[in-house]
Amino acid sequence: MIDHLNWPATLVFIGFFCLVTLLGFAAARWRVGDLNDIAEWGLGGRRFGAVISWFLIGGDLYTAYTVIAVPAVVYAIGAYGFFTLPYTILIYPLLYLTFPRLWTVTHRKNYLTAADYVFGRYGHRGLELAVAATGLLATMPYIALQLVGMEKVIQALGFEGQGWLAHLPLSIAFVILALYTYTSGLRATAMIALVKDVMIYVFVIAAIIIIPAKLGGYAAVFDAANAVFAKKVAASGGTAAAGLLLTPQQMMPYATLAIGSAMALFMYPHAMTGLLSASSASAIRKNAIALPAYSILLCFIALMGYMAHAAGIAVTNPQDAVPQLFLKMFPSWFAGFCFAAIAIGALVPAAVMSIGAANTFTRNVWKPFINPAISPHEEAALAKLMSLVVKLGALAVILFMPTKFALDLQLLGGVWMIQIFPAVIIGLFTRWFSGWSLLTGWAAGMILGTWLAWAPAAWTPLHKLFGTDIAVYNGLIALAANVVIAAVLSAILPNSAPDETAAADYEDAPLGTAA
Amino acid sequence: MKFLLLLIPCVLSAVPLFYNLIEPRLFGFPFFYWFQILLIPVSSLTIYIFHKARR
Repeated sequence: MIDHLNWPATLVFIGFFCLVTLLGFAAARWRVGDLNDIAEWGLGGRRFGAVISWFLIGGDLYTAYTVIAVPAVVYAIGAYGFFTLPYTILIYPLLYLTFPRLWTVTHRKNYLTAADYVFGRYGHRGLELAVAATGLLATMPYIALQLVGMEKVIQALGFEGQGWLAHLPLSIAFVILALYTYTSGLRATAMIALVKDVMIYVFVIAAIIIIPAKLGGYAAVFDAANAVFAKKVAASGGTAAAGLLLTPQQMMPYATLAIGSAMALFMYPHAMTGLLSASSASAIRKNAIALPAYSILLCFIALMGYMAHAAGIAVTNPQDAVPQLFLKMFPSWFAGFCFAAIAIGALVPAAVMSIGAANTFTRNVWKPFINPAISPHEEAALAKLMSLVVKLGALAVILFMPTKFALDLQLLGGVWMIQIFPAVIIGLFTRWFSGWSLLTGWAAGMILGTWLAWAPAAWTPLHKLFGTDIAVYNGLIALAANVVIAAVLSAILPNSAPDETAAADYEDAPLGTAA
Repeated sequence: MKFLLLLIPCVLSAVPLFYNLIEPRLFGFPFFYWFQILLIPVSSLTIYIFHKARR
């Protein structure tokens, strides 16, 4: 089991893991609040200023799975894997224009989740449940994938095992995570995000300087990758699409995947939780300007897929490319440091996701449909318990189901999340759409998006438009159907439901008047 | 029409026809890569200018 363990790397790895565990439990005492209150436990009391938010949101959005999966796609097929770049460029203008409004209204009305807001805005329980259920459904497989990222680095340390023993280190790490999330809530995560982000910056900066220097510069890295792809395409008889540039058929999927993923991102409960825990709308605006620093990081992480080719790393599972690259190019102790950064990088989003899901379940499923009389203390207790349940559920998915199942669900997750975009984001600017028509549009989008993704061999994210050769991301096709249906229904029967919010509730700095 | 400012980097990045090229290279990076990397700070800058102009 531990015969082939890389000891220097493992010791560094365990050392950092213990450090963040201590931090996680100590965080309960940081900016002390009443942790029996759901807004304190689940949103850190909305007290994170621009700087802490930058670390928390950055650590939350750029997940461990990203660090493993993006270079894996780049390693396997090249340019297409870089669709995350236009995606990260699109998200920040969107964030700047929409989330300060959402933050302001949730703060004024004491909403904790997207579904809380949607109910206040449209007065429709069905739509609230739809928004909550979409988030819960999409979050579970996402947490499971963080575990996949973590397991990859534990394997790279040389850990081997049979049966349930194979998952032992992962299970231990996850139980520890579950316990400190339970006691400290979002505070623990914000503190650990600080450590994680500094570690990731250190290893990426080291990697982009040291690795190309050893491999003969960036030109050599690109040339080596190009040669590998040329061989791959030739071996397939020209059918495989891989290379340093997009093929003409890949352009439309590249662009629509980027646009669709950008629209889906901030609909996820974990993104929502990270943003709503900010202390002000202006902290969110500053972050829309400063968060792109992480995108540069992501870009160089993606390039590690090419560095692996230049370093002559040949693996059957592309997800092993980056861990193997570190082991080959760095001294053992520093490889251990990088692996610890990735594993801790999995803990941050996994914790925020479970907190976001727990808040959503408590506020938008349990409270309205099962126990409307729930007290604030009971709410916090239930949310804490749910965060444990959600994490154990994700662990069970990894232990008992094939990894491919989580991957397929994650793919569908994005398609599903976009379907709440009209209710949440368009709702910030107009209430012309009615609750029940948005619900009908949502249902149509969910069914169409899932149906389009279904294919006999595997789920696919793309669909060819009307028998042409132009493939488009399913999420966007389903969203178009969603919006058209909601618009037609709203035009026939105009919205007459009560609205808890007023126009002024969305403006954080009214012009000419004192706030 | 300051909203157009925010749109510029979005449109440039969402249409790969603009940058799906190897040449000109920069520091060994093909155009496809360095152009997209460059768009990240440019996009951040446009949001910053928009932010300042808001007041």
